[in-house]
Amino acid sequence: MHRGKGMKFVGDSRIPAEKKPNIPKDYSEYPGRTEAFWPNFLLKEWLVGAVFLIGFLVLTVVAPSPLEKMADPTDAGYIPLPDWYFLFLYQFLKYEFASGPYIVLGAFVIPGLAFGALLLAPFLDRGPGRRPFQRPIANALMLLGVAATIWLTWEAADHVDWEARAESGKIVETVEIDKEKPGYKIFKQNCASCHGGNLEGGNAGPALTETKKSVDEIKNIAKNGIGTMPAGQFKGSEEELQQLAEFIKSVSEKASE
Amino acid sequence: MLQKLYDWVDERVDITPLWRDIADHEVPEHVNPAHHFSAFVYCFGGLTFFITVIQVLSGMFLTMYYVPDIENAWKSVKYLQMQVAYGQIVRGMHHWGASLVIVMMFLHTLRVFFQGAYKKPRELNWVVGVLIFFVMLGLGFTGYLLPWDNKAFFATQVGLQIAEQTPLIGTELKTLLAGDPKIIGAQTLTRFFAIHVFFLPAALFGLMGAHFVMIRKQGISGPL
Repeated sequence: MHRGKGMKFVGDSRIPAEKKPNIPKDYSEYPGRTEAFWPNFLLKEWLVGAVFLIGFLVLTVVAPSPLEKMADPTDAGYIPLPDWYFLFLYQFLKYEFASGPYIVLGAFVIPGLAFGALLLAPFLDRGPGRRPFQRPIANALMLLGVAATIWLTWEAADHVDWEARAESGKIVETVEIDKEKPGYKIFKQNCASCHGGNLEGGNAGPALTETKKSVDEIKNIAKNGIGTMPAGQFKGSEEELQQLAEFIKSVSEKASE
Repeated sequence: MLQKLYDWVDERVDITPLWRDIADHEVPEHVNPAHHFSAFVYCFGGLTFFITVIQVLSGMFLTMYYVPDIENAWKSVKYLQMQVAYGQIVRGMHHWGASLVIVMMFLHTLRVFFQGAYKKPRELNWVVGVLIFFVMLGLGFTGYLLPWDNKAFFATQVGLQIAEQTPLIGTELKTLLAGDPKIIGAQTLTRFFAIHVFFLPAALFGLMGAHFVMIRKQGISGPL
């Protein structure tokens, strides 16, 4: 590169006035079958990118991103769960040697050592060889770390009842309820402790606002229970039972309008 | 015409060296999937960058509707999801992209590690890459709260409880992130929004710039 004396510039700038032609290098001096990045290889990269983008868009259309109901800090029964890529750490902190009095060990010392080693890997694995069998310790530790991460993630996900979570997180449309109706008063006495004062559901019982069941089915469930709901929750006369079931049905019909 | 335009600009800002660095170089045989099918493992880094670009663009469009405030955050996300034309797709891209970027980055890290590509002279680029990984995890953690639904709120509560256990500076760290030593609420949401949208992306762009400059300077590592 020409420097210093004798250089000519464009105007009063630092841009050299003498132009070098923009000729690509002669690839014949490089070993193997090289290929120009622009535009040959870039077009192939775009091809890979396009295929990837199609798959990605299909995923976003097939699986809409989830949205649970609005945050309610008073919801004491909610079991927290982080996004899947933090599950390994979440699971690790459940073990006795990593929680309680050892929380500093579990949350900072051990992850700190693991991620610190990852960060400083080039300074720990200093040998010149790059092939796998020339660096057995580094590769073994990495394989161990990857296996532990996958296993911890699996363990964490395995303990979660995903269906119950989806059910408890569901957004419930609020329905205007006529609380003066006799049916509501019966509901309030018999059902509201589990199904909520607005039929919106709670930790023990699902929402009733969107039930597709008939009046007779509702009567039967109130008397005999269903799933984890025990029998005998409803206490009252046959007439009150009819009023209750008709009330629940009327709310769900109103909600589906 | 184009050549004239190029020359006009080149005479004034000297873009030819820049052009040489960005585009005018050759791709060696061992990283070209056209010659060796296994060379597709070299795509992971580029795909990570591709999803990052998708994240930046979709995130920019999300902020056109999102309101970082506890009254309206959830409602604005729900409106975006249910009412806005293509809102579900834009939010879906940002949501699934957040997971995919972690997956791709993980694969890219494994490729570089098992090939020993971080050895001299590429040590610094590895360090910068791991820092990018940490920033991405931070983006995932702060972004998870923003829809302000139940899973977001309680996951953040747990995360902040862990942060609080930090020796010596636990309470200060939690206050810095959440805006209050005790409450997780309005302050927390605006702080996480600021961190997610301004602080971490700024760090990410700086680190990514360094990552790419070093790749061009050092070239891709040779075959094993």
